[in-house]
Amino acid sequence: MGLTGLFLIGFLVIHVGLNACIFADLPFLNPSDNGEMFNRAAHFMGSTIVTRILELVLFAGFILHIIQGYQLEIQNRKRRGTAYSVGLGNRGSKWYSRSMGLLGTLIFLFLIVHISAFWVPSRITHDLAPVAYGNGVEMHNLYLRMFEVFQSPLIVLLYLVACASLCFHLLHGFQSAFRTMGVHNKKYLTMLKSLGYGFAVVVSVLFALMPIAMHFQWIKPD
Amino acid sequence: MPSATVRAGWCVRFYMEHYNMNLTLKVWRQDNKNAQGRFETYPVKDVSSEMSFLEVIDLLNDRLVKEGGDPIAFDHDCREGICGMCSMYINGRPHGPWHATTTCQLHMRAFKDGDTVVVEPWRAQAFPVIKDLVTDRSAFDRLVQAGGFVSVNTGNAVDGNAIPVNKDNADASFAAASCIACGACVAACKNASASLFLAAKVSHLALLPQGQPERKSRVLSMVAQMDKEGFGSCTFTGACEAVCPKEISITNISRMHKDYLFAGVAADK
Ligand code: HEM
Ligand code: FES
Repeated sequence: MGLTGLFLIGFLVIHVGLNACIFADLPFLNPSDNGEMFNRAAHFMGSTIVTRILELVLFAGFILHIIQGYQLEIQNRKRRGTAYSVGLGNRGSKWYSRSMGLLGTLIFLFLIVHISAFWVPSRITHDLAPVAYGNGVEMHNLYLRMFEVFQSPLIVLLYLVACASLCFHLLHGFQSAFRTMGVHNKKYLTMLKSLGYGFAVVVSVLFALMPIAMHFQWIKPD
Repeated sequence: MPSATVRAGWCVRFYMEHYNMNLTLKVWRQDNKNAQGRFETYPVKDVSSEMSFLEVIDLLNDRLVKEGGDPIAFDHDCREGICGMCSMYINGRPHGPWHATTTCQLHMRAFKDGDTVVVEPWRAQAFPVIKDLVTDRSAFDRLVQAGGFVSVNTGNAVDGNAIPVNKDNADASFAAASCIACGACVAACKNASASLFLAAKVSHLALLPQGQPERKSRVLSMVAQMDKEGFGSCTFTGACEAVCPKEISITNISRMHKDYLFAGVAADK
């Protein structure tokens, strides 16, 4: 759980970093970028053998994490037996620490929509508009695709719910993963806790800004 | 702002003033391990704020016996917070509302006149109810039997300087050793995990020189026994640490995980 969780955290760093390239198109940065930086980054990720292999490892990581997560959740739920008539509630732990299975499920549902909206057309069916940037290499215009997808308020809402779920999943998961892996030094734990809170908030807000920026057309293809 | 003496006087009056109260106790009654349990409601009159929680049950039991009824079965022994027997879930919290306090040391000034107090046994698959508030916690004994000891006779207490122990380790070991095995950690954990108890036992020995020779085999066999007993796994929600009457730190669990991972690859057998 801890290992796969940390692996997925590593993936998030790359994913949020590459996707944040869309913000190069912001009016006060480089309005003529028009998604070029992002499209090139996405093209790179899909066109080298190393990144394609990493993609398979990523899928395996997700699947392992989800299977382990549900196994853990199911086993642990059986351990109480009879329920308390008055529970401890929030007096001993945070609600999101107790809701990792639920939050993970929300992320999982989101992933299905997310993968079929972007990954399938870009890697399997290839039904995306082509675009080239002067060097003769034709690539998918994923930037345009993002813009189209995020015009639907329903999809934007789904993305925002998913970002909130991810945020809470990580608020607990980040530090928990290190504790699971045996970090018990008080100084490191304090540091990792702050780092975890920061990471969870920054990553989720950055992700959430993407559908928002496109929906309200702060950035858009020319 | 009143002066310090006035404030201190106010505090003493506020907290220490004696008062009597009438309470309603809702207590879990269950005839035996296999019987269906239920809550019974008992009004209890003239409870002194200076009584302990266990004394209130004594009071109620006296009355029940006089009336020819069945007294409420509950575990207790030392009544001074060191044996860990007085385990019960009071208003949704192990050992009641006070921080770092066992039920026997919970005073009735924690409650007000007219309060309803719900009393339940520990709820965990690994701690089946035997009768009323008494649960079978022998799983903890078997966890200790699985490795929570040093195999050789270490003789009499030796001179304090004979075995050098790092002061920080000595303190952390001592803090872990203050676990009284009451089971509040299991009772509060949403997974009914015994990790805090186990980690206290593992850390207590892992931090001392006498615990080193069996450090790896101990953690492996104790964790295996925990799984066998039907306790859940730790997901670090922190509920155990928050309710522990002896304030055992959850970082002990991380230390146990580290020892477990290390022992898994480096154990001799
Ligand atoms: C796809 C659906 C997902 C499901 C069903 C899921 C489920 C779970 C569950 C049940 C746990 C263990 C609960 C606990 O320790 O309290 C967990 C832990 C964790 N998850 Fe997820 N998760 C999902 C996605 C993710 C994603 C996308 C990430 C991060 C990028 C992530 C990162 C973590 C981390 C770091 C932990 C903590 C590991 C630990 O405590 O040792 N999870 N997840
Ligand atoms: S009766 Fe011994 S700790 Fe409460």
